[in-house]
Amino acid sequence: MAVGVLAVQGAVREHLEALRRLGIEAGPVRTAEEIAVCEALILPGGESTTIGKLMDRYGLLQPVTDFVASGKPLLGTCAGMILMAKKIGAAAEDQPSLAVMDITVERNAFGRQTDSFEADLEVEEIDGPPIRAVFIRAPIIMAVGPEVQVLARHNGHVVAARQGRMLALSFHPELTSDPRIHQYFLSMR
Amino acid sequence: MAEQSTWRNKVGLAEMLKGGVIMDVIDAEQAKIAEEAGAVAVMALERVPADIRAQGGVARMADPVKIKEIMGTVTIPVMAKVRIGHFAEAQVLEALGVDFIDESEVLTPADEQFHVDKHAYKVPFVCGCRNLGEALRRIGEGAAMIRTKGEAGSGNVVEAVRHMRLVQSEIRRLAGLRHEELMAAAKDLGAPYAQVCEVARAGKLPVPNFAAGGLATPADAALLMQLGAEAVFVGSGIFKSKDPVGRARAIVEATTYYDKPEVVARVSEGIGEAMPGLDIAKLDEKELLQTRGW
Repeated sequence: MAVGVLAVQGAVREHLEALRRLGIEAGPVRTAEEIAVCEALILPGGESTTIGKLMDRYGLLQPVTDFVASGKPLLGTCAGMILMAKKIGAAAEDQPSLAVMDITVERNAFGRQTDSFEADLEVEEIDGPPIRAVFIRAPIIMAVGPEVQVLARHNGHVVAARQGRMLALSFHPELTSDPRIHQYFLSMR
Repeated sequence: MAEQSTWRNKVGLAEMLKGGVIMDVIDAEQAKIAEEAGAVAVMALERVPADIRAQGGVARMADPVKIKEIMGTVTIPVMAKVRIGHFAEAQVLEALGVDFIDESEVLTPADEQFHVDKHAYKVPFVCGCRNLGEALRRIGEGAAMIRTKGEAGSGNVVEAVRHMRLVQSEIRRLAGLRHEELMAAAKDLGAPYAQVCEVARAGKLPVPNFAAGGLATPADAALLMQLGAEAVFVGSGIFKSKDPVGRARAIVEATTYYDKPEVVARVSEGIGEAMPGLDIAKLDEKELLQTRGW
């Protein structure tokens, strides 16, 4: 399998379709064995508390941590980004997570669903016109460690960042037809 | 330019709930249990459907105090129900800041002719359906998520199965039609032509399609997921059972691993008795909730 999308809960199909439109072999993964054979892995959007709990109960946290340690690329969108963060802000004291990326995130940081929005985003390392970014009850990156490169901001808030072969986004590139974010992620292989 | 509450934002939230379980709760304590079990969202309501059925009377939108209490307790999305056609209740829920509104046949309808104009709101709506035509009429009015009606509060999954199978088979039929046949299909379904064309092209609804109404066990969740549901609602099935904590967790896990019978078998062990169920065939037509709305 070239690229796996963690299929515990969330918008799995949209990532698979985005990858397949690029001619990439992609499939859903739900076990340690399926994760280990991927060249790259995507943690999709969904409900981070649900995904974290299920990963914990079904022994999937360590396999993804090992996956990152082996140097293979990992993309997290929205809930996926929350799971990657070393620190999660308020109201998530015992939320199981991967804690692999040196960022601090705040969940639902723009507000509730009626505050969800779309905006044009200038993303570093991505050429061409701005990316149309869809934010849904989105998290914000509040702080980044020294090895983290900030890729995009919205109204001053960090909404995209990279550390080594890890890419974390507050928004949902899988909900638009623009392939550039997925192409950028695939180039990290 | 930034734009708020776009159609993509609304359907997007529904997409994010896929593969999950949305649980009915009546207070903050139940909401916390649901969140800890791994629910992707909770549905705040005054009484669960089984109690509405048993107690009768007019069922309305929940008390704003209760809804706010639930919103203040959990970090997952909070949904709440309005009566069919009761757009003022919908305005109230939007003002409270709920994340999703269910225009629901479980509550007593406020309007027998018209449903709410759901495009007029920033907050997304989910509506129930018994067939494809009804689903597409609600999507035409602006619903960002569809669920089967099933028969709420019955503890009997047969109606949800009937509705899910019918919607899926009608979608498959549309997908096989030639383009010039679609207007006649739209006429037969009583559905907007544009929506019919979109379903025929994509082979699926333009919004996520969830199951609801009568689900009570982990195997019920696995059944509906295998029949094509993208997520499940569980109403009375959890908090009317003997062990809500264990059952809530088991249904969450069975929904993720719906195609792995060994997991569904394991999580089904030792969760005590399910809620008592009703034989739908023995219910009087007037007692059915699914016939509310059109």
